[in-house]
Amino acid sequence: MAVLLLAEVDNGALNMDATAKSVTAAAKLGDVTILCAGERCADAGKEAATIKGVAKVLVAEDPLYGHRLAEPTAALLAHLAADYDHIVAPATTDAKNILPRVAALLDVMVITDVSGVVDADTFERPIYAGNAIQTVKSKDAKKVVSIRTSTFEAAETGGDAPVETVATAAAPGLSEWVEDHVAESDRPDLTSAGVVVSGGRGVGSEDDFALIEKLADKLGAAVGASRAAVDSGFAPNDWQVGQTGKVVAPDLYVAIGISGAIQHLAGMKDSKVIVAINKDEEAPIFQVADYGLVMDLFEAVPEMTEKV
Amino acid sequence: MKILVPVKRVIDYNVKVRVKGDGSGVDLANVKMSMNPFDEIAVEQAIRMKEAGNADEIVVVSIGVKQSQETLRTALAMGADRAILIVAADDVHTDIEPLAVAKLLKAVIDEEQPGLVLCGKQAIDNDMNATGQMLSALLGWSQATFASKIDIDGDHALVKREVDGGMQSIRVKMPAVISVDLRLNEPRYASLPNIMKAKKKPLDEKTAADYGVDVSPRLEIVKTAEPAERKAGIIVESVDQLVEKLRNEAGVI
Repeated sequence: MAVLLLAEVDNGALNMDATAKSVTAAAKLGDVTILCAGERCADAGKEAATIKGVAKVLVAEDPLYGHRLAEPTAALLAHLAADYDHIVAPATTDAKNILPRVAALLDVMVITDVSGVVDADTFERPIYAGNAIQTVKSKDAKKVVSIRTSTFEAAETGGDAPVETVATAAAPGLSEWVEDHVAESDRPDLTSAGVVVSGGRGVGSEDDFALIEKLADKLGAAVGASRAAVDSGFAPNDWQVGQTGKVVAPDLYVAIGISGAIQHLAGMKDSKVIVAINKDEEAPIFQVADYGLVMDLFEAVPEMTEKV
Repeated sequence: MKILVPVKRVIDYNVKVRVKGDGSGVDLANVKMSMNPFDEIAVEQAIRMKEAGNADEIVVVSIGVKQSQETLRTALAMGADRAILIVAADDVHTDIEPLAVAKLLKAVIDEEQPGLVLCGKQAIDNDMNATGQMLSALLGWSQATFASKIDIDGDHALVKREVDGGMQSIRVKMPAVISVDLRLNEPRYASLPNIMKAKKKPLDEKTAADYGVDVSPRLEIVKTAEPAERKAGIIVESVDQLVEKLRNEAGVI
């Protein structure tokens, strides 16, 4: 079986964590060829070639792929698909945007957010905000699959796969990129951080979110937020953890002022150790927490920041 | 411009999900069902665009069991003008896959010729996040997913998208398929007079066969299981005890 894996490339840089975790899942399906597409991505291609278990890397460089617009990238994948049995990508917002379009172009069903690979045709994926795990067997000739990276370990590096350039596909000319609004941060990436400190509605304001950030910085952690906190404007959208935000599985997840709606639990309940700090002892978050502290967060968080 | 909005009948957002004992799926018998929350946001957006003079008709479409007409009536009560129900299943437990839904929607769109499709980014039952993108591909239209702001500018739409790194703005050629995210708007509740009026709005009933679309699934559901339970933890009494446990028992700090 041959697998084509779309690497996560952002502004020419390879997202090694998401790509290497997807390689682990894809390697269970067959020989993995990685595709790096971008305006400039030769360096990303070279880096991807070091992931162990990768047979070959294809590099498609063209301004068309610079901002990962769905239409040109999907056209490229559909164009390359003839030689592969599986088209795979990490379930980032880019791949969520692109892969269903690829599947429809190939007249097959997409299988998104796969958390387990049973065999080449059979996959596990969470449904109903993770309240059930469904095992599905595809009857399609080709499988288009996105991988929930938090459930796979990253493949090791140290490999040396050959890198080839590929011809680009035609420009569909449907969408144009205008601008990105990306917050620069020195903190670790939310989806790959070893420790995540998240705040919820209980934090109360954007200003008070600084308490969460201080604790996070002390722990060298990424900062997360519940949907309620993002909706209330306390935190930016890219911090949202949950069913429709990011899915994280760090070694330590600290939930502060978060009640624990199922949609939030869907994004963090695979964390190894969960700490909940909430003054409401009835909050559902305590049902999934390894360590619960029933205390006002405005007292607990500064004290904890001092003591860790 | 005509706007088409697909809406899905799903388990209510607040209902506790139970997996059936035989592992065949989630129990939906006698469970409260509602419109998929993301689709409500899409309906609301269409209504706001009509109110702003950017649209003159809103057609809502639902595909599934006959009871989906309740969902369509909700959309009509919110302010949609007309509804199309495509009956494609007899059993509430049968989920029509996004590919089949996209094919049916394409057939409707070929007849209706809307200038814009607004849809929810994902349904909270199968969490597939696929129908809008698949429909856009089948139509050969432009797509903008995860929209948190939409501005119509002549024959283009400027869309602000929620992405992993923050936000991305793109300009898409119309007609387009736009899938909406949580923070685009806050859907209105239908008023009682509007609920009464909605009963008189037109609702066409069709079947999948009317459009010649095969809705048989490509994915066989092998089993549906409860997720692994987390073991109950402990309540600590103080920050000192918490830090001590994290350091010496869990070894994570």
